[in-house]
Amino acid sequence: MPLLDVRDLRVEFPTRHGVLTALHDVSFSVDKGERLGIVGESGAGKSVAAFAILNLLSRPGRITGGRILFEDRDLATLSRADMRAIRGDRISMIFQDPMMTLNPVLTIGTQMVETLKAHRDISDAEARRIAIQRLGEVKIPSPEKRMASYPHELSGGMRQRVVIAIALLTEPALIIADEPTTALDVTIQAEIMSLMLDLCRTHGVGLILITHDLAVVSQVTQRVVVLYAGRVVESGQTARVVQNPVHPYTRGLLSALPGEGEPGARLNQIRGSMPPLTAIPPGCAFHPRCDYAEERCRVGVPPLDVIEDHNVRCTRARELIRGVAA
Amino acid sequence: MAFVAFLIKRLLQAVLVMFVISLIGFSIQDNLGDPLRELVGQSVSEAQREAMRDELGLNDPFLVQYGRFLGKAVQGDLGRSYFFKRPVLDVIGDKFPATADLVLGATLIIVLVSVPLGCWCAIRPRHWLSRIAMGASIIGISIPVFLTAIFLIYLFSVNLGWLASFGRGEHLVEIAPGWTTGFLTLDGLSHLILPSIALSSIMMPLFIRLIRSEMMEILEQDYIKFAWAKGLAARRVWFLHAFKNTLLPVITVGGVQIGTMLAYTILTESVFQWPGLGFMFIEAVTRVDTPLIIGYIIVVGLIFVVTNTVVDLIYTMVNPTVRLMGAAR
Ligand SMILES: Nc1ncnc2c1ncn2[C@@H]1O[C@H](COP(=O)(O)OP(=O)(O)OP(=O)(O)O)[C@@H](O)[C@H]1O
Ligand SMILES: [Mg+2]
Repeated sequence: MPLLDVRDLRVEFPTRHGVLTALHDVSFSVDKGERLGIVGESGAGKSVAAFAILNLLSRPGRITGGRILFEDRDLATLSRADMRAIRGDRISMIFQDPMMTLNPVLTIGTQMVETLKAHRDISDAEARRIAIQRLGEVKIPSPEKRMASYPHELSGGMRQRVVIAIALLTEPALIIADEPTTALDVTIQAEIMSLMLDLCRTHGVGLILITHDLAVVSQVTQRVVVLYAGRVVESGQTARVVQNPVHPYTRGLLSALPGEGEPGARLNQIRGSMPPLTAIPPGCAFHPRCDYAEERCRVGVPPLDVIEDHNVRCTRARELIRGVAA
Repeated sequence: MAFVAFLIKRLLQAVLVMFVISLIGFSIQDNLGDPLRELVGQSVSEAQREAMRDELGLNDPFLVQYGRFLGKAVQGDLGRSYFFKRPVLDVIGDKFPATADLVLGATLIIVLVSVPLGCWCAIRPRHWLSRIAMGASIIGISIPVFLTAIFLIYLFSVNLGWLASFGRGEHLVEIAPGWTTGFLTLDGLSHLILPSIALSSIMMPLFIRLIRSEMMEILEQDYIKFAWAKGLAARRVWFLHAFKNTLLPVITVGGVQIGTMLAYTILTESVFQWPGLGFMFIEAVTRVDTPLIIGYIIVVGLIFVVTNTVVDLIYTMVNPTVRLMGAAR
């Protein structure tokens, strides 16, 4: 029984230009204490998936299909009050840009204490004690003093530590981190990432790590989902997907990583870019960019099939693994 | 320290603006009629007039005269009203409490109505109440204040006979020497209500729209989404996280608008024959009571500058990020 089991999740945005489907029947699951990576280019639907889990889609987005089973309950159909009780308590979230995540007019202490008090029947003093302890865990110097600070008094890295501390306050079962280091200075990205991982391990927290970076995913996650234009194109155990990628898109992402191929060679970028939701081509959404596309790739969306040891959505998957496709 | 530097800078700016206002006021005096005509009759000969001009310093260069005017002004001497035959500041001081009552009444109404309604419109933009409020505010913005006033008088005073339509009433309470208010008696209040509503109606649509649009923008921010993701109650997200951020821009614009409201008291006070500064000003204009006109401009200018400065200082104290920018400057 997984901790979180997302089945055939569908998210739509009704707009003036018609209904945009941001997620098509997306499925994945996270076991207790497990780490799952969601990768894909900008606009693939990664953040939409994250917010759908917490029922926090921005207007006019809504879940129009599927189930989000978490600790035996379907989050998609939960009442407002029940959902509120889960947010920030059982499932926490870490946002991309720490400069925008903390409220500029409230102190760090206020923003931490309120989170605890929203979920626990405890005194202010007790909430403060826990908050200070968490600030210490994320290695913020003189945590007691920081409680009275406003966000702007802290650097980006420090703010993201505060956000991580907030995410851990209530000892959640799952943390969803949406590109938690993308907005940070390159020099501290690795540091923040490893801090987050350490804490997830010591607290036994499950993690959904959303990122563009397959290298990070291969280092820290046990499972991975590759999203393209709102669909899962490849998913499974991270080691298997990374060592044995089948979908040309996943292969493209992997070969674009530094360190792959000949040293010093130009990185292989996938040509073109992902189409916006308003202009998804018929058939396999990836075919206009695919080196292996054939006539039949243009008609009918290929199903997500189990190929050898993981799931792949590609009409030519079997030819590709045999290496006969050109 | 940074705050003190900011304070000094802001006060210097205020002094500069007052300087400009006094210059404008003084130029009016220079151009508006001959003061001698008001002081002496037709029978005085031209030679005698010239002698008096010399004596009064009216033949001195502009800058010398202006310097003298300024010197007296900072000591609280703005000359004497031709009509009332009393010092200008005394006349203004007599009229000021009435206007203060009116502006306070209008401000209270604006705050009490626009804050909850503006927030509601932002939180529930599709709700029928929000649609009505938005529609009404478009209409409200384009109705001139005297029409609102006449409609109010017609309905509540003439037709229903509930509220008084002119003056401040008989029963005022003196809260300080020479300072009366109508807020503390039923009679006073019944006189205050209609003019306050009329005056508030000018700014109300603006405030509702301002609060709504600011709050809607804030509600889209990441930190609000994060507040939801923390599982906070809706009340806390709206009225602490969002509202506290909405307040900052609203204080800035709002403070300035309250200053502007003083200018609108001229219309409101005329319609309701409210014995305040605005009514006094209209009368001073018809009587070409130049010292009183100038006195009004300078006093209203001063109030305007003071409110703006105070608003800026409050803004700086409420907003932690501005404080930092002050330090960086
Ligand atoms: N409020 C909205 N209204 C309409 N469409 C939206 C809205 N939010 C997201 N979308 C659509 O959903 C798609 C996926 O967006 P999402 O934010 O999940 O991308 P992402 O994979 O997180 O990209 P990034 O790496 O840039 O964060 C976008 O292409 C966009 O068209
Ligand atoms: Mg995103």
